Amino acid sequence: MITPTHYMLLSAALFIIGVVGVMTRRNIIIIFMSIELILNAVNINLVAFSMQLHNLVGQVFAIFVIAVAAAEAAVGLGIILAFYRNKESVNIDEMNLMRW
Amino acid sequence: MAQAIAFYTLAAFILGFAVLVVTTKDTVHSVLFLVLDFLFVAALYVLLNAPFLAVIQVLVYAGGIVVLYLFVVMLVNLKRPPEAHRDPHRLTKIGFGLSAAVLVELGAIVVSGYMKTSPVVAAATETMPVTGNTEQVGWLLYTSYLIPFEIASMLLLVAMIGAIVLAKREL
Repeated sequence: MITPTHYMLLSAALFIIGVVGVMTRRNIIIIFMSIELILNAVNINLVAFSMQLHNLVGQVFAIFVIAVAAAEAAVGLGIILAFYRNKESVNIDEMNLMRW
Repeated sequence: MAQAIAFYTLAAFILGFAVLVVTTKDTVHSVLFLVLDFLFVAALYVLLNAPFLAVIQVLVYAGGIVVLYLFVVMLVNLKRPPEAHRDPHRLTKIGFGLSAAVLVELGAIVVSGYMKTSPVVAAATETMPVTGNTEQVGWLLYTSYLIPFEIASMLLLVAMIGAIVLAKREL
């Protein structure tokens, strides 16, 4: 029997894979893809609880999360292009103009 | 039983492709693994009785966002891969250790928290004049969540203008 606990553990594992990607990779495009993985983990949680509680509000909020993810991807990739045009690189370690 | 088999298969594919996304050296391969990962998450939504969200996932994520990523990967011509040189200031091992600690914590919270509480009584669903998953989600979006829906559309408009301004060479 598959309970919401299974879905929550799957979601936690996917979330952690995304966090590891954000913390260990240097390619900023990969980091953005890891953020998409994290948002997907959140969505899995929302939909699992939506099914468990027989309440569709979770699915509505999952749609909002997808909309925010789309906006984030558009703006983030615009930033990547602007950065690449200035420095000819997508290495996150070279993004240190505002470093303290 | 069939549900368990489907769940474990999908979970294995989702986590496997997620690991490949994070570990692959070639960025193009990474994006393609991301598409597969999103498609398997969409299949998981079907398993969770959310067919409308599964279609949205395929359309927006696998169809829209990933194409955006592919465009950027193709535009950004990498003469030297970002992982080529090592930075001694980066503490990758500590990152892995902290992630493992957070995973253990999350797992403990999920397992202990869910085992202790009694099974949640199913909340009485609001009486909606429509039936079917898509109709009910649409009904909620256009009644109770109309203002957040409009704010989301405003956010997308602002993001679109912002992306154009950022990516344009000269204003």
